[in-house]
Amino acid sequence: MELRLENLTKIFTNRTGIETTAVKNLDITIESGTLVGLLGPSGCGKSTTLFMIAGLEKPTSGKIFFGDDDVTKLAPEKRGIGLVFQNYALYPHMTVFNNILFPLENLDVPKDEAIKRVKEMANLVGIGELLDRKPSQLSGGQQQRVAIARALVKKPRVLLLDEPLSNLDARLRLQMREEIKRIQRETGITTIFVTHDQEEAMSISDKMVVLDFGVKQQYASPQSMYTDPGNLFVGKFLGNPPINTFEAEVKKGYLMINDKKFMKIKVPDALYDIGMRPENFRAVAEGFDVDVKDIYHIGRDTMVHFDFNGQNVRALVDSDDISSEDKVVHLSIKESRIYLFDKETGKVVNHG
Amino acid sequence: MANLKNSVIAFFGKILNAIKTFFWNVRRLFTNIKNRFGDFLDKHNINFVTRFPNWAKALLYLSPALIVLMVFTFYPIINSFALVVYQNYNMTTETVTGYTIFGNFITVLTDESFIVPASHTASSAVINTLIIVFISVPISVLLALFIAAALNTIKPLKSFFQTIYFLPYVTNTIAIGLVFAYMFRTDGGLVNQFLGLFGVNVEGLSWVESGAVYWRSMFVLIFYSIWSTLAFKIMVFLTSIQGIDKQYYQAAAIDATPRGRIFSKITVPLISPMIFYILVTSVIGAFKIYNSIVALFGVSGAPAGVDYNLQSIVMYIYQFIDGSNAGNLSVAAAGSLILFAIILVLTLVQMQASKRRVHY
Ligand SMILES: Nc1ncnc2c1ncn2[C@@H]1O[C@H](COP(=O)(O)OP(=O)(O)O)[C@@H](O)[C@H]1O
Ligand SMILES: [Mg+2]
Repeated sequence: MELRLENLTKIFTNRTGIETTAVKNLDITIESGTLVGLLGPSGCGKSTTLFMIAGLEKPTSGKIFFGDDDVTKLAPEKRGIGLVFQNYALYPHMTVFNNILFPLENLDVPKDEAIKRVKEMANLVGIGELLDRKPSQLSGGQQQRVAIARALVKKPRVLLLDEPLSNLDARLRLQMREEIKRIQRETGITTIFVTHDQEEAMSISDKMVVLDFGVKQQYASPQSMYTDPGNLFVGKFLGNPPINTFEAEVKKGYLMINDKKFMKIKVPDALYDIGMRPENFRAVAEGFDVDVKDIYHIGRDTMVHFDFNGQNVRALVDSDDISSEDKVVHLSIKESRIYLFDKETGKVVNHG
Repeated sequence: MANLKNSVIAFFGKILNAIKTFFWNVRRLFTNIKNRFGDFLDKHNINFVTRFPNWAKALLYLSPALIVLMVFTFYPIINSFALVVYQNYNMTTETVTGYTIFGNFITVLTDESFIVPASHTASSAVINTLIIVFISVPISVLLALFIAAALNTIKPLKSFFQTIYFLPYVTNTIAIGLVFAYMFRTDGGLVNQFLGLFGVNVEGLSWVESGAVYWRSMFVLIFYSIWSTLAFKIMVFLTSIQGIDKQYYQAAAIDATPRGRIFSKITVPLISPMIFYILVTSVIGAFKIYNSIVALFGVSGAPAGVDYNLQSIVMYIYQFIDGSNAGNLSVAAAGSLILFAIILVLTLVQMQASKRRVHY
């Protein structure tokens, strides 16, 4: 089922009358059966957006559509959604079985079918043997699976996950990431996955939305967002190691770096914020000369530090192409991998 | 004017600052002394922490409470075990005529008006007390639960209602009892006037005065004991309900859980340790009921001119200490031990029964 947010806005007013705009004029259309990552730094309004879709928060303005139905004013229980909370919110006094059964007890489901569905769902998420345990007797990853099973057992139209992996250790996170992706594929359910971890979002999402201060920055597939960031914020938010940014002028059609012509570039002459990803540099004989400040070999890769217009810049190049004695290295980067952002708006000017 | 105000503010600000600085320095001084003392101990290899075993330290910290308990609780309990074996103990001369193991218990158990009702009535101290316990405790616990759950859902006027429900707790039992007695007066009492509005014939309908039948005065007593114990229970339940993570309710809302099921399947189990605590303490408290009866019916424990008595076990015991049978301490001790045994057994039964239902 397609999910559409139209001009969604949420303003919190606290007791002293101070307003916080948690979400601002959000427009997103999520195609049926896709997994969309909702990505942004802490406090940018991800949970608020999710809770509005769930119906637990009332939007200040704007509309929410499930397919053709306007559900903006619908109570949460009527929306047919499954929600996995950040800390799972499993009922501590119920066994795993009863936790998963709980949503079905409120529906018009015959007992035998309910039990069958609980068992199926438990097997799907891989906790079939743990049905008699209490949540406190489970590890974080197992609790997480129970929470997903509980959200899915009533066959919701939409599955919402609020930072479901943030309480897990790094290794389990990788494993659960793939698990969630698998479950989503098998059930084909439209899913929104909230996270502040860009790597997690990039690896799990069909498409992702980047939010900053409640404002949508970009909505695209992970790869296209990575190669064509819409603005400086998105460029900086994605990628590890992070993108290098520095100021540079375009003079008479040439990008000027360290008072030299770096490259011919087709944008109006002006001062820009420049972004270059460390991994997009290549060490080649005919490249641009830079004075090495620091050099670190990390196995296959070598990290070179140098200055561009007074800013520290890092390049990640093949260890074979460089030696640690080099005081000067020659680097090149494709024009399509150089991002020029408008100083005022932050928008990219040479892409998209 | 503004100038004056500013200088006054500045003046008090300075004083406040001076006080803060003073306490800061006092704390520094103490830290200093403590550190030097520690250094001294270290230098001479004296280590209190390892020299004294843990139980000795525990005993030291517990000693204030222990001493109070010894004097006012343990000593009397031990003493009542001693008293209960005396025959015809005389308080003033401190003499006894002999010793007995069961004699005093038998005196109590066979006394008419303890277990067995006196010939002219159907009530006895034990029957009265059991009626009060088994009617007022369940009703008051359930009522407190519902009121607490309801209070938790309302937003406006919440603190107002909280205060209202809490008022009985801070009001004197005897005073409330007198007000209740007044409300239930035969002539012109609030209750009778109210019933009169609905066409009930209230002519001579007495509740706590002469002519009140047993169940009517018992009703007032139970009503009163429910109401006077409700405040504390509501407060405890409300506090524990407010401590429940909001996410459980959000999860339940998304799963279309009806209100009743949220209450019985989420709220109640999550505060079950508190419910159990309140249940046990209420049963104990109700078994020891005394104040309320005196407040409503006076020390005789009965409305004027009736042939039954509403006295409780504690009232029965008390008459041997400072009442109609004053001085017969051995019988009082036997009564207390019987009450103790009843409470102990009931508490053990409750603990056993709760094992499955209480989720810690
Ligand atoms: N109930 C609330 N009352 C007031 N402000 C809130 C409330 N919930 C969230 N906020 C504010 O809204 C903003 C977005 O919060 P949230 O959606 O929880 O962020 P995220 O999930 O992305 O970390 C934050 O600034 C937060 O302080
Ligand atoms: Mg959040």
